[in-house]
Amino acid sequence: MMHVKEHDLSKNSELIAFRLGGQEFCVDIMSVRDIRGWTPTTPLPHSPGYVKGVINLRGSVLPVIDLAARLGFRSTEPTARHVIIVTQVGNQSVGLLVDAVSDILTINADTIQPTPDVASELARAFMKGVLAIEGRMISLIGLDSVLQSTRENSGFLN
Amino acid sequence: MDTMAAIKQTFFQECEEQLAELETGLLAIESEEHDPDTINAVFRAVHSIKGGAGAFGLEELVRFAHTFETTLDLVRGGQIQPDAGLLKLMLRSSDILADLVRYSRDGGEMDESRVAQIHDELTRAANLDAAPAAKPAAPAPAAFEPVGAFDAGSADDDFVPITISFDDILGDGGEASSAEQIYVVSFRPKPELYAKANDAIKLLREIRALGNADVACDISDVPLLTELDPEGAYLSWTIRLGADVTEAQVREVFEFVEFDCDVSVTAEPKVDPDFEFVPAPIDETRQAMPLPVDDGPIIPEAVLAKIAQVNADPAKAPPAAAAVQAQPAQQAQTTIRVDLDRVDRLIDLVGELVINQSMLSQRVTEAGIARLSEVAVGLDDLEQLTREIQDSVMAIRAQPVRPIFQRMSRVIREVADMVGKSVRLVTEGENCEVDKTVIERLADPLTHMIRNAVDHGLEKPEDRIKAGKPEQGVVRMTAAHRSGRVIIEVSDDGAGINRARVKEIAVKRGVIEPGVPLSDSEIDDLIFAPGFSTASTVSDVSGRGVGMDVVKRSIQALGGRISISSKPGQGTTFTLSLPLTLAVLDGMVVTVAGQTLVVPLTAIVETLQPKGPEVHGLGERAKVIAIRGSFIPLIDVGYKLGYRHDEADPLNSVAIMVESENRVQSALMVDGIIGQQQVVIKSLETNYGQVFGVAAATILGDGRVAVILDVDAIVAGNRS
Repeated sequence: MMHVKEHDLSKNSELIAFRLGGQEFCVDIMSVRDIRGWTPTTPLPHSPGYVKGVINLRGSVLPVIDLAARLGFRSTEPTARHVIIVTQVGNQSVGLLVDAVSDILTINADTIQPTPDVASELARAFMKGVLAIEGRMISLIGLDSVLQSTRENSGFLN
Repeated sequence: MDTMAAIKQTFFQECEEQLAELETGLLAIESEEHDPDTINAVFRAVHSIKGGAGAFGLEELVRFAHTFETTLDLVRGGQIQPDAGLLKLMLRSSDILADLVRYSRDGGEMDESRVAQIHDELTRAANLDAAPAAKPAAPAPAAFEPVGAFDAGSADDDFVPITISFDDILGDGGEASSAEQIYVVSFRPKPELYAKANDAIKLLREIRALGNADVACDISDVPLLTELDPEGAYLSWTIRLGADVTEAQVREVFEFVEFDCDVSVTAEPKVDPDFEFVPAPIDETRQAMPLPVDDGPIIPEAVLAKIAQVNADPAKAPPAAAAVQAQPAQQAQTTIRVDLDRVDRLIDLVGELVINQSMLSQRVTEAGIARLSEVAVGLDDLEQLTREIQDSVMAIRAQPVRPIFQRMSRVIREVADMVGKSVRLVTEGENCEVDKTVIERLADPLTHMIRNAVDHGLEKPEDRIKAGKPEQGVVRMTAAHRSGRVIIEVSDDGAGINRARVKEIAVKRGVIEPGVPLSDSEIDDLIFAPGFSTASTVSDVSGRGVGMDVVKRSIQALGGRISISSKPGQGTTFTLSLPLTLAVLDGMVVTVAGQTLVVPLTAIVETLQPKGPEVHGLGERAKVIAIRGSFIPLIDVGYKLGYRHDEADPLNSVAIMVESENRVQSALMVDGIIGQQQVVIKSLETNYGQVFGVAAATILGDGRVAVILDVDAIVAGNRS
């Protein structure tokens, strides 16, 4: 069984950067299994608004999360140009719906700064820190907290 | 995992198999359907467990297995007749042995007094009967019988040294040791001995450690190099051993390989001026062999010559034995042990293949290719093949229900002992095959049902006699395949359900309102209601806080159904209907609010198009449909699942009549029916979680995910 733990960012980690509602975010490349174009999802009953539904990923059922909506931004109206980043933490896989993949970064763990206080409570819950690269600010997303909260809010109890 | 742990794990896996064989054998003996091989198989099972346990230093296990084995050996030898009492003891011993194995594997404390008690009983059973048998084997002149008896005995024709296991002798505990004794050991390994990573040289070294050994190797069987099987065994050895040890000690060297080689140990006669004798070979059945007293040459020359001939030509004696031994070896090769993960991975892949294949067919049809074109025909063949592959792969996971039935026979024994009832378990259809997971998840519900059957179902012995029934109650478990499902029935021949009492309790517990008229079957179904238990006292056996409602829920979680039927005075029958596999499901594909959903076919009773006069409003929003005189609630699936905010017009919908818990009928409204299809079940929980109203997901021919409805949840959700 493949068991991928979210990688501890050490020296010279690689990150995948993507755009979302005009801002830039990134995730650890070790957690990314696949990047694919948007395909229509099958909505799940009683799911939270940020769960777009499920898609068929080579025979397994993959939930797709609208990351913008999850972070408290306006929810995304997906088009063919949108991208799903397939991530895996532990045995759980989740697709993140984002606007576009922008970059692959190699960073040093020391360059991660704490998330500034001004960010909203919701956004801060999913952010591990921010990076300053070539004058851009890129927020590092903590995948385990995204996945964890998805599982807890899957709607079964509602 | 380190190597030792891996080997140990294999040992425990094998133990499980041996334990199953042990129990099968004992039960066969009990039902008198056995042949002589059965007791041998039983003996071998215990012996193998002992052997392995010894290697891992599991002393408690070895000790118990040894005593058990000793007793079994006496049965094998015919010294003890396996009467009902002894068989019961043996079955209980096999339970203890199973427990010891499990505790050795998983840790935990064994109830030592129980082990000690059975241990004592076994020892007593062995000693009582073993004592007289042991005597004649000892070379005591007084016990020798006259020549005539020897001649008249059947032994003279079978005067062939035969392999005896060390345990035969140990069981007697009676071989007297003497000072320096010469033994002639003939040792002929079979290929299996080497295949199991034993080595002849090590055994020979051990023999040499016992005393003065003169080892001669016989290479006459070694073929030419071209004919040599690299995995064959061609060498045999003859060892003249002079040592101050018992024959048993010599045999001990070969203990762990005794089934994989031909060994004979012959004590050479000691030369005594007054008194010369030839040691009696002990034959397999270990009849007490009368030894002749000598005042002259008593053993006919011819017989001696025969011994010499057989000893000198081992090839001549073993064929029969070798043929017998060869059989299990062949059988062993017909199965392999495979990691379950690999099988599941294969099943997943085949599931994807099926989906891919149907996608391809759909695309070809869409592309407007003629049905009779070569492409379409080729695709039809592919479809056939994929179905066949899928069926074969599913069959890998299918296993006979036998092991679980066997576990139940143990439950019966324990419960019957506890409540003081005499119960016989009759099983049928143990070879019926079901998916492994289904079998595993059946264990708890079945245990509970069996407990209930013995504790509540069967009457007390005195009541049975009063009712004119035999004192011993019968619990029957049957398994059978019926229209793509497996049907398991658990029935007892007890008093049946006391409906008046069930109703009374249900009212008392607030399960139903007093004065509600109920049919017999509705009363019987109350047993499945949460919080219901008919036992007036919470006995040690059933009533551990779980009731039949838990059983029902676990059966439903498997995609199964449970029903009950009861006849006063004649007994109660529980019927389980289970899917053969958890991987595929027959479903009806429907559309609801633009979404495609799958409704499990097992839940569906019928489908119909509602007509105006049949639909009635009830209260603010609820609607019912009149079907054959009864009013059945209409449930709008799309609204229930939150796919739309307004309820659909029943007249534009299709109603699917479903039957859920307690045989409650409801009508699910959907927009249309696409068709009926076998779908591969995909878990939503792996990556997401449980969703209300959704049992699982599947992937349809167009590659899209569709959810499979949880009919019971939707119906239950409508009521609350």
